[in-house]
Amino acid sequence: MNENKNIPLWLKASAVYVSSLMSALFVFITVCALDGLFKSGPSLFGSVWDPEGGQFGIMPMIWASGLLSVSSLVIGWAFSVGCCCFIHGYGPKWTARLLARILRIMTAIPTVVYGFASVFLLVPLIRNGLGGSGFSWLTASIVLSLLIMPTMVLSMDSAFRTIESETRLTSAALGFTREQNIAMVVLPASRQWILSSALLGFGRAAGDTLIPTMLAGNAVQYANTPLDAMRTLTAHIGLVLSSDVGGTAYLSLFVAGGILLFVSISANILFRLLSRKSL
Amino acid sequence: MKKMIVSMALTIMLIAASSAIAAPLDAFKGQKGNLDIAGGTAHIPVMKEAAKRIMSVNPDIRITVAGGGSGVGVKQVGEGLVTIGNTGRALKEDEISKYGLVSFAFAIDGVAVVINPGNKIDSLTSRQVIDIYAGKIKDWKELGGEPGAINVFGREDGSGTREVFTEKAINKGELAPSVNVVSSNGAMKTAVAQDKRSIGYVGIGHIDKSVKAPKFDGTVPTQENAANGKYKVTRNLYMNTKGEPQGLTKLFIDYIFSPEGTEITKDSGYIPLPAKK
Repeated sequence: MNENKNIPLWLKASAVYVSSLMSALFVFITVCALDGLFKSGPSLFGSVWDPEGGQFGIMPMIWASGLLSVSSLVIGWAFSVGCCCFIHGYGPKWTARLLARILRIMTAIPTVVYGFASVFLLVPLIRNGLGGSGFSWLTASIVLSLLIMPTMVLSMDSAFRTIESETRLTSAALGFTREQNIAMVVLPASRQWILSSALLGFGRAAGDTLIPTMLAGNAVQYANTPLDAMRTLTAHIGLVLSSDVGGTAYLSLFVAGGILLFVSISANILFRLLSRKSL
Repeated sequence: MKKMIVSMALTIMLIAASSAIAAPLDAFKGQKGNLDIAGGTAHIPVMKEAAKRIMSVNPDIRITVAGGGSGVGVKQVGEGLVTIGNTGRALKEDEISKYGLVSFAFAIDGVAVVINPGNKIDSLTSRQVIDIYAGKIKDWKELGGEPGAINVFGREDGSGTREVFTEKAINKGELAPSVNVVSSNGAMKTAVAQDKRSIGYVGIGHIDKSVKAPKFDGTVPTQENAANGKYKVTRNLYMNTKGEPQGLTKLFIDYIFSPEGTEITKDSGYIPLPAKK
């Protein structure tokens, strides 16, 4: 490691600035969350949200956030692995290139566009085809999985590309076809990357606010079937903030935020550990 | 469609139109500065039109109109982030004392229960609506409609529209946890307009062909019935300022109460109220 001599002062200053901002954020959320926890007491872990009646239950929201992010991750991740294999050998060259390009464009589409289009296209389809109001766990998880796919595919893709170019000649010499190389060599070799991209996707799925707010119905209840409406922690924070509920209800949002922060940090740390291992 | 996008957007920047309009706007001649307005979504069409007319005669004035709901209106005006904070409800005692706010009621808005235009039902009682929102009536056939589960939509906590609805329409009745929540009048209309089995509620000013407002306790929810007091589910729309309004803010509020301003209020679907002396 070099000495720090070569680093200009302004770089150091901005590093200090950013990290102190970040730590201030953590301290702030933790303090407020503790305050909220203290003031709202055990009702926080109940299932009734009725701020006027002194009930601040956020358990249905925690449950909803968990269900939605895991289900969209499972769908999105499976499709991402599929897309990657398709791009690197299973699909004809031109469709593979087209798919890669579409996925890249998808990263640039604002979330609200997905949400808005789904309200008019997917929601009626689900309501008429499967029943319920159309605003449901299923609807939100389909769109959310679509939303997190490009990030996951692109991060897997870089690993696939490196490993594939390293192994293709050797495999060909051993008589492997391109498909066999992907399935037998590249996939196992990029296992760590595939896993860490799942964590990346999970972080996005758990943190997304707009899709669940627009598509999941926001009813404060435990969603038990895919057609039930649900309210995630993120949507809950957004909805309560969009209007005025002050006092304890407001503080209880910090607990919700704290939980989200904790989950996403854990996912990030896991991600770091995994990607370090693979190097 | 356009209205919907407007009500969904959090902040709407207005661009001055070029046409010049006379008389009541003369007061703004020679004025300069910014005026930021935020809060109740029901106010947006009125504020936006007034802002457009003012800025078209005087490009030196910049007026921004944002939504956010009544709570945001109170909080932002109280903390000095905006000059006028709109609410769809009277201020609470603690809000007045905490921030020193002054209120100007300028319009009456009714809240109406709405259903899909394809729904045959054309009259509901408050008892029925209470039971629907409490989750006791679950199927349209219990109300004499076509069989099918009722999809119930409501608004988020703190929404002015929701407050009027729960206090005046369902008498502070219980809300079932299965009630879906949307966060604006526009989103409510979209949800109800698409779904034949849905029920929701919007400000009367927002009713159009996309939704149907059945009689409520025998009264058709129209602006007229809200104004003459026959229809009970109503609220006033307020502009709030921190302390007595000064300068540009005062001019803007005076303009809303001017004959031209009351026309704008009427055109947006509300009943104008006279300025308090």
